[in-house]
Amino acid sequence: MKILVPVKRVVDYNVKVRVKADESGVELANVKMSMNPFDEISVEEALKIKEAGKAEEVVLVSIGPKQAGETIRTGLAMGADRGILINTDENVEPLAVAKLLKAVVEAEEPGLVILGKQAIDDDSNQTGQMLAALLDWPQGTFASNVEVADDGVAVTREVDGGLQTVKLALPAIITTDLRLNEPRYATLPNIMKAKKKPVDEKTVADYGVDISPRLKVLKTTEPAGRQAGVKVASVSELVDKLKNEAGVL
Amino acid sequence: MTTLLLAEHSNGALNEATAKALTAALALGEEVHVLVAGANSGDVCTEAAKLDGVAKVLHADADVLEHHLAEPVAALMLSLADNYNTFVAAATTTGKNIMPRLAAKLDVMQVSEIIKVVDATTFERPIYAGNAIQTVQTSDAKKVITVRTSTFAAAEAGGNAPIETVEAAGGSEISAFVGEELSQSDRPELASAKIIISGGRALGSSEKFQEVIVPVADKLGAAIGASRAAVDAGYAPNDLQVGQTGKVVAPELYIACGISGAIQHLAGMKDSKVIVAINKDEEAPIFQVADYGLVADLFDVLPELEQAI
Repeated sequence: MKILVPVKRVVDYNVKVRVKADESGVELANVKMSMNPFDEISVEEALKIKEAGKAEEVVLVSIGPKQAGETIRTGLAMGADRGILINTDENVEPLAVAKLLKAVVEAEEPGLVILGKQAIDDDSNQTGQMLAALLDWPQGTFASNVEVADDGVAVTREVDGGLQTVKLALPAIITTDLRLNEPRYATLPNIMKAKKKPVDEKTVADYGVDISPRLKVLKTTEPAGRQAGVKVASVSELVDKLKNEAGVL
Repeated sequence: MTTLLLAEHSNGALNEATAKALTAALALGEEVHVLVAGANSGDVCTEAAKLDGVAKVLHADADVLEHHLAEPVAALMLSLADNYNTFVAAATTTGKNIMPRLAAKLDVMQVSEIIKVVDATTFERPIYAGNAIQTVQTSDAKKVITVRTSTFAAAEAGGNAPIETVEAAGGSEISAFVGEELSQSDRPELASAKIIISGGRALGSSEKFQEVIVPVADKLGAAIGASRAAVDAGYAPNDLQVGQTGKVVAPELYIACGISGAIQHLAGMKDSKVIVAINKDEEAPIFQVADYGLVADLFDVLPELEQAI
């Protein structure tokens, strides 16, 4: 079995983004970029399944500018086998990403596609579910445990009330949640090795997918701010303020 | 045309998230029908029919719908799609699982987790963990929307809508429910609690979490939350996580104990009316959003707080 893992280049999770003064978006110049943290978890899970002898190859795909190639190299340094970079400078919405991934799936024929449950830039939480729909495959979203067997895959999902386990026929889509695993760090020898691993460069036109946006972003603004309040010196002062000033007790 | 709102429920009872999503659905200005998809979920229909503003309840009752799996529920909604031009659900784990599957089938770009309806095609939604708010306008013929329920008030009871039966539409061959472990608790739910007390990494163990947080929560009748660090460390179960990728809450009072205040945690609670931070590190970022900060060791002050309230 082959496992396909889409990876996205996003603003690093430690960066607090700033909204541009003209409300045209957020400031991305000179901001540290990294692989979407959920995608790192996806790469790790794919590697674990391969190491358990249940998959032969882990293929990464990224859609984005030239620099997304670095994100693929990060995953290759973790241990993935090869990459596909679909090069575009356009902003590609989740629906269009899902359509491109569908075309990649049809060419690569993986048994599993493992995606992050959401990208931490647009927080959409859609692409995996959309890809499952377009392929008519089952979906195990928000996974905290994955067990691959011959007749399918059991996915334990983090849901609002606790945990839910589903059994999916293969091929299937999995989206990863935080507790699934702890991604490994790439070692220096593996970083060197990753430089020699193959990365196919493609364009959107190669797949014949229309990526024109369906949503028009009218503006991007700062959220309503919150001012720091006061420090209290003791529990009794706190309780007094909550009762008499804030009126919430 | 009409809006179809997917009900969030447990088969036995309607979840309050539905009444909140209804408020957003009604703001679109069209008639709203509520879809109850489940098994033995007749009582949920009765509840949904009483919500003010609901024009009709559609009831699909079948074994395959019992656990609200995405495959059969999305197939059901798709089978009804000709009659509707807008599809709305609360942005719960159920809604987030099902709605993008429907959207892709309809060739529509979903608008996720809206916090405001500007007009029938324009919405505000948070991006980058709520550090920016995007105003987006959809040009799709049909709309698929999920609603961040913490920013909408629940619709009141007062309606009396007719209930109509619809057939399930299959979609059961490729996925099956195996089991679930749902947290049993008499506490209010995080999503609708008036008061939440949350614990972070500083608690140090699940025993300490129980020992220190629970008595105060009991006294306040509060829901319990946790930071990602506390959940990752196993101090609290995943369904308590508050934050960008966990639950987003906006109670009257949020008490953060031993939580440093990472951007991702703030994203889940900064719309609370009053925030209290208890942390022994006076530089902790949580104090920048707290209305009342107490620089102290939580192991000293939480028992004291329990006595004082």
